[in-house]
Amino acid sequence: MGDHLLEVQDLSVTFHTMRGPVHAVRNVSWHLDRGEVLAILGESGSGKSVSASAIMDLIDIPPGEISSGCILFEGRDLLTMSRDERRMFNGKRIAMIFQDPLSHLNPVYSVGWQIEETMVIHGTSRSEARAETVRLLRKVGIPDPEGAAKKYPHQFSGGQRQRLMIAMALALRPDVLIADEPTTALDVTVQAQILALLEELQTETGMGLLIITHDLGVVAEMAHRVVVMNGGQIVESGSAAQVYHTPQHPYTQKLIAAAPGQGDMSLGVAEQEPLLRLTDVKKNYGEFAALKGISFDLLAGETLAVVGESGSGKSTMAKVLLRLEEASGGKAEYEGRDLFALSPAELFEMRRDIQMVFQDPTQSLNPGMSVYDLISEAWVIHREILPKDKWKARVAELLEQVGLQAEHMHRYPHQFSGGQRQRIAIARALALEPRIIVCDEAVSALDVSIQAQVIELLDSLRQELGLSYIFIAHDLPVVRDFADRVIVMQGGEIVEQGSVRQIFEAPRMRYTQDLLAASLNPDPEVQAARRVKRLEMAQ
Amino acid sequence: MNPTPPQSAAVKEKSKFAAFWSMLLADKLALAAVIFLLIVITCAFIGPFFLEYDAGRQNLRGRNAPPFDLSRGWQFFLGGDQLGRPLLARIIVAAHNTMMVAGGSVVAAMAVGGTLGLIAGNSRGRAAQIIPRLADVIMSFPSLLLAVIVLYMLEPSVGNIIIVLAITRIPIYLRTTCAEILEVRERMFVQAAKVMGASEMRIIFRHMLPVIFPTLLTIATLDFAFVMLAESALSFLGIGIQPPEITWGLMVSQGRPYLTTAWWLSFWPGLAIVLTTLSLNLLSNWMRTALDPKQRWRLEIGDRKNG
Repeated sequence: MGDHLLEVQDLSVTFHTMRGPVHAVRNVSWHLDRGEVLAILGESGSGKSVSASAIMDLIDIPPGEISSGCILFEGRDLLTMSRDERRMFNGKRIAMIFQDPLSHLNPVYSVGWQIEETMVIHGTSRSEARAETVRLLRKVGIPDPEGAAKKYPHQFSGGQRQRLMIAMALALRPDVLIADEPTTALDVTVQAQILALLEELQTETGMGLLIITHDLGVVAEMAHRVVVMNGGQIVESGSAAQVYHTPQHPYTQKLIAAAPGQGDMSLGVAEQEPLLRLTDVKKNYGEFAALKGISFDLLAGETLAVVGESGSGKSTMAKVLLRLEEASGGKAEYEGRDLFALSPAELFEMRRDIQMVFQDPTQSLNPGMSVYDLISEAWVIHREILPKDKWKARVAELLEQVGLQAEHMHRYPHQFSGGQRQRIAIARALALEPRIIVCDEAVSALDVSIQAQVIELLDSLRQELGLSYIFIAHDLPVVRDFADRVIVMQGGEIVEQGSVRQIFEAPRMRYTQDLLAASLNPDPEVQAARRVKRLEMAQ
Repeated sequence: MNPTPPQSAAVKEKSKFAAFWSMLLADKLALAAVIFLLIVITCAFIGPFFLEYDAGRQNLRGRNAPPFDLSRGWQFFLGGDQLGRPLLARIIVAAHNTMMVAGGSVVAAMAVGGTLGLIAGNSRGRAAQIIPRLADVIMSFPSLLLAVIVLYMLEPSVGNIIIVLAITRIPIYLRTTCAEILEVRERMFVQAAKVMGASEMRIIFRHMLPVIFPTLLTIATLDFAFVMLAESALSFLGIGIQPPEITWGLMVSQGRPYLTTAWWLSFWPGLAIVLTTLSLNLLSNWMRTALDPKQRWRLEIGDRKNG
C-alpha cells in the first residue's frame, strides 16, 4: 500500500434521509498516480462526485456517514486524521475546482486579493504572494495580469473565471487537482481552451489530475484512465481507449452507444414552399443589437438547427419568433401572414401552431400543477380543440405517445426524473397540435443516454405528425445526428447556413471550422488525431 | 360541449376533502390548533348572546377574586377583575370584538395590499412606479401615530379601528406581493404559459398567485398577533375600543396596574392572545406543507404510520 499518490479504498458513503438511508456510493476503489489524468465518468445521480467530496471533507456529517473504507494520500489515511491535520492537505496538497466558478469566487474582493489570500493563509508573505499571483494569472492566460488582479469576479467572462479558479487552485502547487465538471457551463471553444490549459499545467507540474465528468468527449480528450460509475458503484475501469473500444459492462456499452455524433447524417427534405420565412429580423435592446438582420426559411417536416455560442442571439431569435419579445424590425411570414404584425386575437390563434419546449423542464413546468392540469391547460386556454369529457382520454394518449404511462397524470412534476419531465413538456406542447416546435436547448440539461431517448422521441413525432422543429443547441454532435439543415450564428448574425452535410463536412467559414474543431468526439483516437491537427493549425 | 357529470365532481371534491382531513390528522399540533381556533370562533359568535349580561355585571364582593375558586360559580373559575366581573365570561365575550378587529383588518390589508401588489408587479407602466411609492409613504409614517391622528378625528368605533389598522398594514403585503411577482414573472413556466396563449388573468391567478400565496398567508398569521397588540395599545391610549366594549388587548391593559397584586387580570387575556396566534402559526405552517406538492409527502408519510 502507499505506492499511489491518492488512493480510495472500498469507500461507502450513506446519507440518512427522512425516507431511510441512501447509499450514495458503495465499495468504491480507485487510485491516482503522479502525472496521471483519471476521469470519473457517470450520469447524474451516479455518485461520481461523492468520493471527491469525501476527499475534500465536503460531506455533511450527519446526515452523511462514511460507513466503510479509507482514503490514502501518500499512504496516510485522510479519514482518521483530525480536522487540523486535514486542513494541511486540503487546498495545499489537494486542490479542487468546480463547475460554476462565479459562485465560488467572493464577489466583494478583487480576484488578485483572493488568490493572494490562499497563499497568505498557508504562510507566504504578502509581497511574495502578490508577485506569485501575477505570475499565476499570466500562466493561466489572463490578459494584462497586473490590471486583472485588481478587478472583481463579475468583470470576467465565464471562461476567464474558470481560469481564475484554476490559478487559485494552483497557487499552493498542489500534488492533486480535482476538477468537478470544470467545463460543463462553458461554450465549446472555451471548453477546448480550458481543457488545453489544464493539460498543459498538468504536464508542466506533474500533478495528478482527477476529472469528474458526464461527457465522453472530455474523457477522450483528457484522460489516461477512466472509471465508469453507475448507481453508486464502479461498473468498469481501464484505459480510456480500452473502455471506449471494448466496453465490458452493459451500462458502459449503452452509454457509449448513446453518445451522439455517430449516426448517419440527414439528406434533408424535398424542396418546397417554406412554411415559415424570416426576413431581416432585428432586435435591439437600447443601443445593443442582439439580432442584426436574420433571414431563413423553414420547410414543413424539417429540423432546422440553430447553433452558436452564448451571446450569439439564438435564444433571442426564439423569443422574438414566439412574440415573447417584440422584434425591432423585419418580417416573419407564416402562411402568408406576418407574425410580428398580428392582432392579439390573431396572435392567440397562432399560438396553437407554434409551440416551444424549454431548456430546463424543472423550471418550465409549474411545480404546483399535476401532470393532468399541465397538459389539459392547453385546452382550457384553447377551448375549441377538445370537449372537456375527452380530456382525460387524450392526456392518457399523449402521455403514452411520449413514452410515459397514463396513470402518471395524477402525479406532480417533482416526482419525475429530468428526462421524464422533458417528456411531459413535450406532451404539453403536442396538446395544442402545433405544426412548428421551437426547442430551446431542449436536451442540453439531460444526461447522455436520456438525451438520446428524447431525440429519438422528437424524431419519431416528426415522422408521425409531420412537425417541423427549430432546434436551438450548442452541442454539435446532437445537431449532426438530428438536424436536416443548420444555421450557425455569431454575434447576432448568421455566419453560415446549409445542409447538415455541408456544414459538418465542408464548412466554409472560419468560425464554423473553429466550432467544429473545438467540439469533442467520444473516441479517444479521433480526439488524439484532432489534437495533433489543432496543434498544427496553431503553429 | 359536455360538462363533466356532477356526480364525479362531487366524488372528486369529497376525496380532496378526505385527503386534507387525513393530512390534518397526521399533524397533531395542527389538529390541536384547528380545534382551539374553532372553539375561539364559536365563542366569538355565540358567546355574546349568553354571557353579555354576566360579563358586564359588577360584583364588588368579587373584586380581584383569585382564580380556580368555584364557590362563586363557574364564571369566576379564572377569577374576577377589578370591578368584580367574571374573567372567563369577559374573555369569551371579548373574543367577538378581538376577532372582528384583528381578523377584519388582517383580511382587509391582505386583500387590498395583495391586489395592489399584483397590479404593481404585473404592470410595466406608471402603476409600477406609483403604487410602491404609495406603500413607502404609508411605511415612512409611524403606524401608531397615523392611527392616533385618524382616530382622534374620526369616532373610535370597531369599523374605524379596522380601517385604520388595515391601512397601516397594507404596505407589508403590497411590497411582498410586488417583489415576489417580479421574481415569479421571469420564471420559465410563466413564459411557457404565455407561449400557449394563456391570458394575463390566467397567468396571474393560475400560475403566479399559488406560488406567492403561502408567503402571504404566513405573513398574515404573524400579523394577526401584531394587530391584536396594536389594537390594545390604541385602547390603552383611550382612542381604541371604548369601555364597556371589551377586547383581549383592552383587558390586558386594564389589568396592568394590578400586575403585582392580581396577575390573573392581565394573564388570562394575554394567554388567549398567545394561544390564538400560536394556533394560527401552526395552522399556516401545516397549510404551507399541505398546499405544496413537493412537501406534501411529509404529511402523507406520517399519516401512513398512524393509520
